[in-house]
Amino acid sequence: MLGRLTVEALPFYSWVAMGGAAVTVGGGIAVFLLITWLRAWKVLWTDWLTSVDHKKIGIMYVVLALVMLVRGFVDALMMRAQQAFSLNSEGYLPPEHFEQIFSSHGTIMIFFVAMPFLTGLINIIVPQQIGARDVAFPFLNSVSLWMTAAGAALVLISLVVGKFSQAGWTGYPPYSGVEYSPGVGVDYWLWALITSGVGSTLSGINFIVTIVKNRCPGMTFMRMPMFTWTTLCISILIAFSFPALTVVAGQLTLDRTLGFHFFTNGDGGNMMMFANLLWIWGHPEVYILILPAFGIFSEVVATFSRKRLFGYTSLVYATACIALLSFTVWLHHFFTMGSSANVNAIFGIATMIIAVPTGVKIFDWLFTMYKGRIEFHPSMVYTIGFMVTFVIGGVTGVLLALPPADYLMHNSTFLVAHFHNMLIPGALFGYFAGLNYWFPKAFGFKLDTKWGIRSFWCWIIGFYLAFMPLYVLGFKGMSRRMEHYADPTWQPYLIVAAIGALFVLCGIACIAIQLYVSARKWGSARDITGDPWNGRTLEWATSSPPAPYNFAVLPEVTDIDAFHDMKILGQAYQPPQHYEDIVMPKNTWIGPALGALAFALGFAFVWYIWWLVALCFVLSLVCVGIRASDDNSEFVLPAAEVARIERERLAQISPADMHDMHDYVPRGAASGAPLTGTV
Amino acid sequence: MEARIAGQRVRAALRSAATAGLICSVPVLQGCALSDAPVLFPKGPIALAERDLLFTAFGIMMIVAIPAILLTLLFAWRYRKRTRNTADYAPEWDGSWGIEAVVWLVPAAIVVVIGTIVWDATHRLDPYKPLAADKPAFKVQAVALDWKWLFLYPELGTASVNELAFPADRPLTIEITSDTVMNSLMIPALGGQIYAMAGMRSEMNLIADGPGTFNGRNTMYSGDGFSDQHFKAHAMSEADFAAWKEKVTGAADVLDAKAYVDLHKQSVADPVRYYSSFETDLFSIILRKYAPIVGPYESKAAELICRGAV
Repeated sequence: MLGRLTVEALPFYSWVAMGGAAVTVGGGIAVFLLITWLRAWKVLWTDWLTSVDHKKIGIMYVVLALVMLVRGFVDALMMRAQQAFSLNSEGYLPPEHFEQIFSSHGTIMIFFVAMPFLTGLINIIVPQQIGARDVAFPFLNSVSLWMTAAGAALVLISLVVGKFSQAGWTGYPPYSGVEYSPGVGVDYWLWALITSGVGSTLSGINFIVTIVKNRCPGMTFMRMPMFTWTTLCISILIAFSFPALTVVAGQLTLDRTLGFHFFTNGDGGNMMMFANLLWIWGHPEVYILILPAFGIFSEVVATFSRKRLFGYTSLVYATACIALLSFTVWLHHFFTMGSSANVNAIFGIATMIIAVPTGVKIFDWLFTMYKGRIEFHPSMVYTIGFMVTFVIGGVTGVLLALPPADYLMHNSTFLVAHFHNMLIPGALFGYFAGLNYWFPKAFGFKLDTKWGIRSFWCWIIGFYLAFMPLYVLGFKGMSRRMEHYADPTWQPYLIVAAIGALFVLCGIACIAIQLYVSARKWGSARDITGDPWNGRTLEWATSSPPAPYNFAVLPEVTDIDAFHDMKILGQAYQPPQHYEDIVMPKNTWIGPALGALAFALGFAFVWYIWWLVALCFVLSLVCVGIRASDDNSEFVLPAAEVARIERERLAQISPADMHDMHDYVPRGAASGAPLTGTV
Repeated sequence: MEARIAGQRVRAALRSAATAGLICSVPVLQGCALSDAPVLFPKGPIALAERDLLFTAFGIMMIVAIPAILLTLLFAWRYRKRTRNTADYAPEWDGSWGIEAVVWLVPAAIVVVIGTIVWDATHRLDPYKPLAADKPAFKVQAVALDWKWLFLYPELGTASVNELAFPADRPLTIEITSDTVMNSLMIPALGGQIYAMAGMRSEMNLIADGPGTFNGRNTMYSGDGFSDQHFKAHAMSEADFAAWKEKVTGAADVLDAKAYVDLHKQSVADPVRYYSSFETDLFSIILRKYAPIVGPYESKAAELICRGAV
């Protein structure tokens, strides 16, 4: 009846496991009670969970990412604590726990923090940046969200029922095969990847179509904001690379569940194919995580330097180059697998070539700051911190791209330090910059800057303390993923790294405090105009938070910095000649239902509960059938209602709230001659 | 006023960054902690060449990296918003062909330079490439097991577990395979690493500067005993090696098929063990274990090793 699920699966075998389970279950119960106490179930269901509004879906994605960030960071803290103490001893974690923790840390941070965070920010902002009323497929967007959430739920429940994978976040076979990892852990990992992978693929397709088809009049490709450009590039990367992940995860599932031999030792299996397929997804994935952050930095640096973005065309081509090249370098993840010198050298050089467009981007941001008037808003401070730190990561990346040097550094903590050096400043700092920058757009009030700056300093100090010692330990020959070690000279470095993790903990606490403090005094930090930072791109033309339809009348664009241009020409905040009826998608329960079914399906597969697999599959088909035969999925917002909302908004804005634009030379008169000594 | 506060904030921030830097450098300054770092101070020409490549590339990249970091900090400071900033302000300036040319072409030139070096170095330091030396290479066969290393010495007819010994004045050729999951064999002081995979044979050629003892290990996570899966590699003088050979040849244990099946069982932190002889063609049999061949086994021993039972 319950497959291989028995009472043994409950975590009563160790205190650490019980603690983890208790926190997970306790957190769930606390959220449930809080919602009940606030009597918010109905609002939550009708306004949020069933919503197909891209802004609300985006907010839910970011909430998911922040919750999972806490979980993933607890894993990190436990690993750093273990290694700080485990010189010639077991520390406090037995190997099987330590292994689950580093596996879940990587899986969570990549799939359930970085991916939902960037998808959330893209959802909130991109349709507004291109002057659209919604994404191309609003319902599909809801399905994507709930697939991702279902994957995250599978990872979370593995802490309570059964165990998580011990095979690392990359899950290399044959270790992850059924012969060496017979439990349910790897199955949890696989189904979490497959489920959320479906969500990501659908998101990618959705945003390709949205950006290609839904741009407002005048928004040519070469007038799209950089964030939209990076989104377009990564959406294409997602659509092309995630299928590889889905296939490879599917193959490993077949190996494990039905006794296939794709990747097994012997019987014709070939583990090297797994490494290739995984990284054919995995390397583009790195850029999927980083490019949107580059987009955010581009927006932030122009806004807070009070200048046009330097080298827009160059940045666009650099982004496209990176996206294209990201498919040509996957082999550098396994130079040590025994390829010939020709193959290794070619992939090494291809990898270095990516450093060129990436370097160009850094210099373009640098020259955007040049002759600007820089304001140290938290998002800008994160950007500067990124630029400095990311250069170091780029240098160590090129070092690892040299095959002979990689033979020395592969699988070492140097590698661990390198990819954290790319992903923390390169991706996470970008998302935090985006959070600080676009929060008022999503919620209508600004985030507290003091706590934003504090979080930045904790993060960057914590980052340097935690990862610079790991670079050194790589030189000292320390491998990654060691539960304990025998070299006493490693310990001081590991203690410093653990202190770094504590600083990062403070950084996360500062973000929590920042959210709390800002929510407490939201009334005094309200964003009336919808344009709190004197922004340049179209998302600042809408109200904060935007009306469900974003734009009452679709704007017409004549410049890269579309809204900046409108403000200078006095076209901003002008009521249109007339309003029209707007067709809007209706909310639907199908998205969350499909997510719940995907979760149950994954859970049933993990535990071999075959009747539940069949049931979930049939019910999913029924849901899709219901949706497909629903001809009544849209409603009309009458022009009168639109007019009422817009009038209310415009009445609130007084000229005093608007930004003073006289410092900027009007377009057309701009000859490029610098103004001296103003502001 | 606000600008001044921002300035103070930046100064305070710089101060805390400096403090953090100091704290960070404490372990680095702790005496000669780094002088035992095998990657930085290698004990063989291969590792030395690999390290030199690392340093060369690092040095060349500083041409771009240092200006990028310094200019970021400089521009952030010089063009910060404050009440009387006399620095130029050019809000509409958004491009310059000269700057674009420099930022595209200089990194591109650096990649051409490093790329040329890498093409050469990758071929020169190919782990499969036999090393030129006066004396013939000393051949060792390494088998990754859960969680220990088995070394077979065809030249001596002996075997050892978790200890590798070889004459210091001869190049070392290690043939590598795995009789378990993917492993990666590495002796950092002597050179890079290469994966060990079941049913496949990989190879690594190393050489030591002189006699010495180095750490070696599996760097590829392989399960519960992974942390303890390390060994000592001894490059020995002629006399020492003769003595070692004497010791191993005189060992009581023999690694026949049955003993191998026992050794193959999972075990953690195994002590060093010596075998005075090993099963004929043991390495080939271990490779053959995972080959997709049907048909009779060559010998009883092969059947025992491949199936774990007769």
